[in-house]
Amino acid sequence: MIEPIISVKDLVAKYGEQTVLDNVSLDIYPEEITVILGGSGCGKTTLIKNILRLFEPVSGSVKILNKEVTRMDELEFNSILSKIGMLFQNGALLNSLTIFDNVSIPLVQHTKLTPTIIAKMIRVKLKLVNLAKVENLLPSELSGGMKKRAALARAIALDPDILICDEPSAGLDPLTSASLDELILKLKNLLKMTIVIVTHELASIHRIADRIIFLDEGKVLFSGTLQQAKKSVIPEVETFFRVGKFG
Amino acid sequence: MKYENQTLFLDGKLTKFTVPDLLHELSQYKGKKISTIDLSEVSSIDSAGVAFLDELVLNLHKFKPQLANMNEIVESAVSTFTSLSLKKPVPGRKDNFFILIGEGLLRWRDSTRDAIYLIADIFYWSFVGLFNRKGQRQGSIIQQSLIIGVDAVGIIALLSFILGLILALQSAAQLRQFGANIFVADLMAISMVTEMGPILTAIILAGRSGSSIASEIATMKVTEEIDALRMMAINPIRYIVVPKFLAITICIPLLVTMSTLVGILGGLIVAVTYLDLSAVVFFNRVFEILTMRDALIGLGKSFFFAWVIVIIGSYYGFNVKGGAEGVGKVTTQAVVASIFWVIILDALNSLIFYFKT
Ligand SMILES: Nc1ncnc2c1ncn2[C@@H]1O[C@H](COP(=O)(O)OP(=O)(O)OP(=O)(O)O)[C@@H](O)[C@H]1O
Ligand SMILES: [Mg+2]
Repeated sequence: MIEPIISVKDLVAKYGEQTVLDNVSLDIYPEEITVILGGSGCGKTTLIKNILRLFEPVSGSVKILNKEVTRMDELEFNSILSKIGMLFQNGALLNSLTIFDNVSIPLVQHTKLTPTIIAKMIRVKLKLVNLAKVENLLPSELSGGMKKRAALARAIALDPDILICDEPSAGLDPLTSASLDELILKLKNLLKMTIVIVTHELASIHRIADRIIFLDEGKVLFSGTLQQAKKSVIPEVETFFRVGKFG
Repeated sequence: MKYENQTLFLDGKLTKFTVPDLLHELSQYKGKKISTIDLSEVSSIDSAGVAFLDELVLNLHKFKPQLANMNEIVESAVSTFTSLSLKKPVPGRKDNFFILIGEGLLRWRDSTRDAIYLIADIFYWSFVGLFNRKGQRQGSIIQQSLIIGVDAVGIIALLSFILGLILALQSAAQLRQFGANIFVADLMAISMVTEMGPILTAIILAGRSGSSIASEIATMKVTEEIDALRMMAINPIRYIVVPKFLAITICIPLLVTMSTLVGILGGLIVAVTYLDLSAVVFFNRVFEILTMRDALIGLGKSFFFAWVIVIIGSYYGFNVKGGAEGVGKVTTQAVVASIFWVIILDALNSLIFYFKT
């Protein structure tokens, strides 16, 4: 039995009075690509933010790398964070810094590498996401899809053990989206990354997913491997895999 | 529109352009029993037309009117745009007076606690930041000093000079009557050093830097940049606030000193041109009347003003709610609150050091 690398138990999350996640339990296994699915507004982003302590869960437990993080002190949690790369749904690049500087932040802050090495690493990562030419531009000078790719470059700058992507391919053309999938598979195979992806693209799910977690109205409706998901008889899951739509 | 046999016949277009006239036309059938609404002659319909039908059905609910003879397009438009199946919005909870007071107090307690945490964090990390630049961007203190300090030199100098002129002119008219011309030097020295220099600088900084700190942090918060920093294990206070805090701490004594000197210079011009004093006499008097204590109190309190501006700017910035509108709101609040607290601190300072019984 493989130990899960992230394990969520009975997580409850609320915004004010509105309960968004209701007793969610799930496991993410190492060196796998887990896809989180669910209709818009069902709480996928909320789930990720609660796992990463950007919001305080109302109750429940979150274990990352076998350590309970919900009550962990700041310093210890930082050391866990340095093993996690996160791609936000809207990129969240620092608007006052160039793309190059944005990608450099984690490298400068968490390593003692020399500037020349760092510059090389940044250029390689930007090359990987097909953004070699824009390193000196500001985020406001990029298109939506380019911002997202730059943010991905920042998320993988440190070669994290765990990569979490909130809708990486939304807003990308099919070609770029396919090359992004290739990149994600490469990261998994080369660096043994554990990858969690929120996405709705059926094609992309078929290409990369090992495991599926299906959220609906704040609950986990289905959780299992891609093969199990394709054969699932749960109506919502079945519909999604048949037509690629929710509900 | 026709009425026959308890049936209302609608025809032609049922769109946002025709609905106003239809409503008008309809009033002649008021009170008539309508049990069927015939739509066979309707050629086109949009969401306004459907809303009109909904309204009609609701108003005639006692006759339970039916829509009849719809063609395919009309039928699908009706089923897409109808509001009859929507749930009524639940009216918001009305709280009574005591609940409102209670919630207000709880909010006040929470925000006080947050503010104290923030102040502790800022001081702690700024102290650490003096010795350890990790968690900050290289050169950010210098960059911030340029933005907060150097860029403000012009406007502070200009306003201080004008204020000095005004103060001296206003009092010169009075002093001349008593032949007490030389006292303009006393007045300028003491008022600029203990009060006008520090407070003028602080108010300009609150307007310039307080607003920019609040809006910068608030924008970063709504665009999730703060979350992104957290995810890279970077403390946002250390990364964003500390450089500003250290920069303003370096700049404020210099700015206040400059403001004071320029203000006194304004006074000198009035003294020389209007009160027939010589510059030497004026300066001798200035240095005679000033004490070290006054100068130190003036500079000392300006540090507190500067810190209040940064702390309040970041407090409001981090507590932004909503999008672009929220950013505008907290920026205004931050400027108002920091000017308010600067003046309160100034009043406290006067009570502590100058109140003699
Ligand atoms: N900061 C917030 N404050 C209050 N409510 C929020 C906030 N963020 C999200 N919500 C609410 O929480 C619910 C879940 O939002 P969430 O962003 O997790 O959805 P999602 O599954 O990521 O959707 P999408 O696929 O559209 O990104 C929504 O109903 C939303 O209105
Ligand atoms: Mg989302």
